Amino acid sequence: MASDRIDIRHVARLARLALTDAEIATFGPQLGNLLTFVDALGELDTANVAATAQVIPSRNVQREDAIRPETMLSREDALRNAPRAQHGFFAVPRIIAEEG
Amino acid sequence: MDPVRDSARAIARAVNSREASAVEIAEAMIPHVARVDASLDAYLELTPELMREHARKVDARVAAGETLPLAGVPVAIKDNMCLTGTHTTAGSRILENFVAPYTATAVQRLLDAGALPIGKTNLDEFAMGSSGENSALKKTRNPYDLERVPGGSSAGSAASVGGFEATLSLGSDTGGSIREPAAFCNVVGFKPTYGRVSRYGLIAFASSLDQIGPFARTVEDAALTYDAIGGHDPLDATSVDREHEPTAGFLREDLRGVRVGIVKEFATSELGSEIDACYRKAYADLEALGAELVEVELPTAKYGLATYYLIAPAECSSNLARFDGVRYGLRVDGADVNEMYERTRAAGFGPEVKRRILIGTYALSSGYYDAYYVKAQKARTRIAEDFARAFERCDVIASPAASTPAFGFNAKSDPVSMYLMDYYTIPVSLAGLPSLSVPCGAVVPEGGTRPMPMGLQLASPLFTERALLGYAHAYERATMHAEKLSPIEVATA
Repeated sequence: MASDRIDIRHVARLARLALTDAEIATFGPQLGNLLTFVDALGELDTANVAATAQVIPSRNVQREDAIRPETMLSREDALRNAPRAQHGFFAVPRIIAEEG
Repeated sequence: MDPVRDSARAIARAVNSREASAVEIAEAMIPHVARVDASLDAYLELTPELMREHARKVDARVAAGETLPLAGVPVAIKDNMCLTGTHTTAGSRILENFVAPYTATAVQRLLDAGALPIGKTNLDEFAMGSSGENSALKKTRNPYDLERVPGGSSAGSAASVGGFEATLSLGSDTGGSIREPAAFCNVVGFKPTYGRVSRYGLIAFASSLDQIGPFARTVEDAALTYDAIGGHDPLDATSVDREHEPTAGFLREDLRGVRVGIVKEFATSELGSEIDACYRKAYADLEALGAELVEVELPTAKYGLATYYLIAPAECSSNLARFDGVRYGLRVDGADVNEMYERTRAAGFGPEVKRRILIGTYALSSGYYDAYYVKAQKARTRIAEDFARAFERCDVIASPAASTPAFGFNAKSDPVSMYLMDYYTIPVSLAGLPSLSVPCGAVVPEGGTRPMPMGLQLASPLFTERALLGYAHAYERATMHAEKLSPIEVATA
């Protein structure tokens, strides 16, 4: 079965994506089909071929380590879309257990 | 001057010469768009107050003696581009309530050139799709048959211009998302060379492929828009640092001395007799304009889709990691932070986005990275090399933009059959080439009653936008296909 090729629960965990049983049942075969489809690449000879990350000639871009006000958001603007903000910060669930 | 029907060039000329005011244009377009969009649903948000504000500014600038290339031209913006104070949703539940705190460079340049923002247009969620149907927020209809899709992912940007509810629009193209909907909606859709237009303020999907470009009803209008939005931007590190060559003043009327490559592997005979005849006629028309047709080979083009469906999802899985319920967008609470991430993303993303995140995560995961992702990057090199070799024998490559005209809603239930819509556009995207779709006729699709528009894709070497738009203009002026079709008269008052 094509869906056996991908451990979808493991991949979903890596992607931080909760899936329902129904989604697993649908996505499994669909992703299996897609992997079968991309298997066609196996016949293409890529020995001694460099990998392309970017097609145009480009070089590393550097700039002065200086504040550019035109690209900065005020704290108020930065927090305006936050699902939860407190004391001028993004508020998130506790990630470090309390001691003792 | 007719603000609904006229070209951007004609509108700008009227406003710059003060025969018409931008305010009049805004006041005419606002009720017109509201009426037409009741049937098309091209827009996710209309911005009438912002449009009026810009119209007043444009009139003041013209009165002060300025001449603006897009003075008073009504434009629509794909809703994956930020415009301060407007919702910018990417067609996703996860960003449904996001309000942009800054403006994308391309959008800012369009407004600086005198354009008036009508609103933000619908798209496949995060620009992933070829029909518009993956939008979580709206179902945009094709202006030439309301029971058919407008194409995607720039669904609303194509439909709004094709349906005469915008003169111009901005879209984004990763694997065909400007060219395919342009073909479906009887408009010109132009994807410049990767890096020519700044991506600053564009919500990222696949960063090595994403490129902003215009939709217009004429090649000249597309060229005017490109001239306004293109050029280096220090805010996008991948923006090309080379001189921005204007195009609109360099269009041509014939194709004498131009070698047009017809791709051996893209035989249109497989697409059915009507579609085959449409493209044979298009190639003959290019020849009649003085072009020499030469056969070129792209033996690796058939690997384009497989290559793309590894590279694009890989980059998407990385880019979309930022939607975690912390800084913006939806949050669904959980017992701990991981559960919050997982529930937020489960509730916020639609099925196609989830599929692509999963396949991309898989292709980048330990043990599979070389076999899938690196292999695809190497295949990409070979595809780009094939194009470079083909361009030793020709100046521009002509092909279909899509293999069929617009199809009906829910016609492509299997993801791979939807992916095949972009068979001709994806290899060009992988090579980063400038490319466009220009109307080339119409065919009655299977099960359809009306002739639906078709698009001719032209692609040329890196950074040859000026030449490419010139060829397309010559073809368009000689054939005038777009004017032979009329959109369905929607919502007549």
